[in-house]
Amino acid sequence: MKSMISTDRLSKTFGSFTAVDAITFDVQEGEIFGFLGANGAGKTTALKMLTGLLTPSSGQATVAGFDVRKKPDQVKQRIGYMSQKFSLYEDLTIRDNIRLFGGIYGLSNRDIREKTEALLEKLELEGEAGKLVGSLPLGWKQKLAFSVALLHEPGIVFLDEPTSGVDPLIRRQFWELIYEAAANGVTLMVTTHYMDEAEYCDRVSIMVDGKIEALDTPRAMKKAFDAEDMDEVFRKLARGA
Amino acid sequence: MRTVFFLVQKEFLQIFRNKTMLPFLLIMPIFQTLLLSFAANYEIKNIALGVVDHDLSPLSRQLVNKFRASGYFQIKTASFAVKNADDAMAADRIDLILEIPQSFERKLVREGNAPVALTANAINATKAGLGMGYAQNIVRDFNVDLAQSKTALLASATTALATGRPANVRATYSNWYNPHLDYKTFMVPGILGEIVALIICFLTALNIVRERELGTIEQINVTPVQKWQFILGKLLPFWLLSLVVMTVGLSIGKLVFDIPMLGNLGLVFGYTAAFTPCMLGLGFLISNFADSQQQAMFTAWFFMLIFILMCGLFTPVESMPEWAQVMNIFNPVKYFVEFMRLVLLKGAGFEDIRQNFFSVVTYAAVVNGLAVWTYRKRV
Repeated sequence: MKSMISTDRLSKTFGSFTAVDAITFDVQEGEIFGFLGANGAGKTTALKMLTGLLTPSSGQATVAGFDVRKKPDQVKQRIGYMSQKFSLYEDLTIRDNIRLFGGIYGLSNRDIREKTEALLEKLELEGEAGKLVGSLPLGWKQKLAFSVALLHEPGIVFLDEPTSGVDPLIRRQFWELIYEAAANGVTLMVTTHYMDEAEYCDRVSIMVDGKIEALDTPRAMKKAFDAEDMDEVFRKLARGA
Repeated sequence: MRTVFFLVQKEFLQIFRNKTMLPFLLIMPIFQTLLLSFAANYEIKNIALGVVDHDLSPLSRQLVNKFRASGYFQIKTASFAVKNADDAMAADRIDLILEIPQSFERKLVREGNAPVALTANAINATKAGLGMGYAQNIVRDFNVDLAQSKTALLASATTALATGRPANVRATYSNWYNPHLDYKTFMVPGILGEIVALIICFLTALNIVRERELGTIEQINVTPVQKWQFILGKLLPFWLLSLVVMTVGLSIGKLVFDIPMLGNLGLVFGYTAAFTPCMLGLGFLISNFADSQQQAMFTAWFFMLIFILMCGLFTPVESMPEWAQVMNIFNPVKYFVEFMRLVLLKGAGFEDIRQNFFSVVTYAAVVNGLAVWTYRKRV
């Protein structure tokens, strides 16, 4: 097993406010790593540092074997990212979006064509390829965004609250896509505030006020906190903070 | 470069699919050129004149008729009381009062001169100034007529004596480059320059901020797309569009207004291509200081309003105070308007606009440099 994400006392401060406070963790290849925490706990900031959107204030982080501070371009070529805000182009068609992101990751025209067809078939969107993305239901958009993030076959995909605002059925389908990607060897780092989703992860870390307060498998965590489910673990942790 | 190609392609897809963008790009130049060229007119006709004729003599009537026949004045009120005329001016019904005193004719015949009073409503200073100018010309003309008829009378009476004849010196005018003093000829090239500058700056600023607002810029930022590629992908499409807007505007200028195109059209497009990076860069710079399209709009509007009012389109740059002329060094629209007039109306070649051209190229380089620098700091 090789470590795909590795951080050492990674921190981010904005003025006097410390958003991420010296977090240290490792994520193994093919692992689904859950990043839990209340809103404002620092999950998104941590994710932004790992994806090269923000420069760390201090500490180290390597992603896919490259230092995020020194080799951001190498990192970017090897990761996929799906942000909290839906961020495909809504005024482009499904096909246009796939072509654009394929193109900027440097896929050949042939690859783009082949992958487009494969992706449309997998999501059962063949008939909708010419539709504007903005006209799709939210659940479909999310699935499409995830598939587009996987287009250039990245080793790691970061998902920032990918299922917020989606109904439970679609969330279930979405997680099936995540499992499938993990089975193909993709490492996934998922932030969420749905505690039931935490149960789907191989390991989870819980962030409170910028710090990682707990990091283990869901089973071990429930045992350690003597809790019925992850929700209870979280409540017990939050009360302690 | 392949990445830039994909980004440019995406931009064009968005532009052509956008329901407001295309009308904005095509209808706005058409509409503005038509509307502004017909409406923005320095020539003032139909000055409302109030006449107070206390004399009611043949000569006073002759003077009033001269005003009426000039084509510049419309006699709105004629009364014998100054108060009526004053009230009419207070109510904004008339712009100018011509008051002819009693015994005007008698004084004129006996003493050789007689006063008339002209009062202008100077709230609209331009109109007042021009009205006064026209009125003085008419009165001067009236004097000349009078002198001529007098000498004609004298000449017929005493045929031999021609010594007392007053020398009439008259200036003759010829207006070069716009021989018929057609204001549309003067305005259209300038308005074209202004429109291209305005549209390009707004579109660029709004477009970039829109991506920030929607969050799509974040998605692009996690890809290996380099900053220069992203910027080029944004600026290239609008740069090409500026040439389209220019073509549309020039066609209207030619077809509707039949403006002269003495200069080389290749030079016009070449210069436009060199000029629009100024506006692209400004739009881009503004976008770096705005988080929402609304903010970008207000900021762009702040600058564009100053640029347009000071660019020489409506008032000549040369008659602005010294400090304003110095400030105008930073006004890109000024260079463009100046260029358009020089090349279209005067047929200037590259040699004549060399300095303007290099100013614009320098401007574009500085603004884009600043924009790239602030963009780097921001992301």
